[in-house]
Amino acid sequence: MVKHFDTSVELCGVRLDNPVIPASGTFGFGREFAEYYDLDCLGAISFKGTTRDARFGNPTPRIAECSAGLINSVGLQNPGIDKVIAEELPHLRQIFHKPIVANISGFSLEEYEECCAKIDKEEQVEIIEVNVSCPNVHNGGMSFGTQPESAAEVTRRVKAVTTKPVFIKLSPNVTDIVAIARACEEAGADGICLINTLLGMRIDTMRRKPVIANKMGGFSGDAIFPVAVRMVYQVANACKIPVMGCGGVSSASDVIEMMMAGATAVQVGAANLKNPYAAKEIIEALPQEMERLGIERLSDIIGIVK
Amino acid sequence: MYKKGIYTVLSNEPLTPAVYRMVLEGDTQYITRSGQFINIELEGKFLRRPISVSDYDATTVTIIYKVVGRGTEQMKGMAAGQRLDILTGLGNGFSTDNGTERPLLVGGGVGVPPMYNLCKRLLAEGKRPMVIIGFNTKEEVFYFEEFKALGVDVYCSTADGSFGTKGFVTDVIREEGLVFDYLYTCGPLPMLKALYDATEVDGEYSFEERMGCGFGACMGCTCKTKYGNKRICKDGPVLKRDEIVW
Repeated sequence: MVKHFDTSVELCGVRLDNPVIPASGTFGFGREFAEYYDLDCLGAISFKGTTRDARFGNPTPRIAECSAGLINSVGLQNPGIDKVIAEELPHLRQIFHKPIVANISGFSLEEYEECCAKIDKEEQVEIIEVNVSCPNVHNGGMSFGTQPESAAEVTRRVKAVTTKPVFIKLSPNVTDIVAIARACEEAGADGICLINTLLGMRIDTMRRKPVIANKMGGFSGDAIFPVAVRMVYQVANACKIPVMGCGGVSSASDVIEMMMAGATAVQVGAANLKNPYAAKEIIEALPQEMERLGIERLSDIIGIVK
Repeated sequence: MYKKGIYTVLSNEPLTPAVYRMVLEGDTQYITRSGQFINIELEGKFLRRPISVSDYDATTVTIIYKVVGRGTEQMKGMAAGQRLDILTGLGNGFSTDNGTERPLLVGGGVGVPPMYNLCKRLLAEGKRPMVIIGFNTKEEVFYFEEFKALGVDVYCSTADGSFGTKGFVTDVIREEGLVFDYLYTCGPLPMLKALYDATEVDGEYSFEERMGCGFGACMGCTCKTKYGNKRICKDGPVLKRDEIVW
């Protein structure tokens, strides 16, 4: 008898065929990957971080390789919310027929509000993911995500303008991730996504200069997986709302490990940049890994490790 | 279109003390234009290594690379028979359907390799290309004889004058009084800029930038052009003269 392995999960009422979601910023709006494979195998897609206005981002070079990862300081290059809604979203809907997660960034509370209010009207978007790692231009550039109060304030303002499930994507560059996650939950967040990149830096020793023009950037890739698992575990145990795990996931085994830590869905980021088929290959490997570990329903193992 | 595949090293030999030529066997159907590049996965390295295609045919790809860091150091030690995971067919490449009859091809250092296949293609299309290759010193010179063997006028400059014209590629244009109707070039940024300033003839310039993915997803290598932001890896590496912002 052929065993059936149920990989489906439910995220705030949104059913996903499987928990694997390409992470924002590593998958554009799907175009480049659609040339490689049929995107409908994916659980969902989290599209490129979108801001109110079009952004070029930071000066180049803005990529630095590391052992088991890379640092990027792309700086939220995107065409702006209006163009995303007018051009990218309709195109993404043509090439992808599963849930879309809209990743929204902002440099002020008003910007978050405005972008989320616009996305709220888009039927194609099932979930809003709010990136609170950006600096607040009205508060000396301090990131919204580094204080429970400011993260909660973004959450409240965004929740007030949308009825879609709102996930707050947290930065790991903080002293107490649990306090921030709880503050978001109390402010009405429907879920937490973590982790964003770790702040890192490389130096070109021959030139005696930073590799990246902006000096520092976000470190991602295999190397950060243990940090992500730890934070997912801490937050999942402290909050009642679902968690999307993200950070250094590169195999089906990693997906299961992160789900055991407490993630309901799992994002794959930097792995897509090394191997454009990464997310697809991870999904295809899930049943075999489930069989190996004696798992029939993936949803059974969410947060099973105490 | 581009494609990921497994390629086998057929040969890997030095052309100069620092520059190597590697011939790979595998599916080349996605390489469609001169000036495109491939992106090679190396064991133990997180990012792939983007290297321009110097030449290709139905079953092989030839790349010429300079050993500049740990990745290319690793490549230098590869022997025939080694298998590599490679993305092919990346980048826009040079156009040849632009009406040119007498194009000038200028390569500087490791910007020389993509000019080789381009030269062959232009010849096959009945054009009459001229070639200038530029280096710092005689010890670095490669492919002078290979270009000559194609039957084209080929000039070489070295900064120290140890081979060919003393000076830069722009000195060759001036001293030889070269007349051309289109320019194709690839090489270090100062050379591209010097060429841009030295001529008003239309052309295509191939740029370099530190890349993440190499296929347009990460936005790591974006540059500004007169017609908006472009990703060097996906919308480039070749930019038309009229869109370049220095």
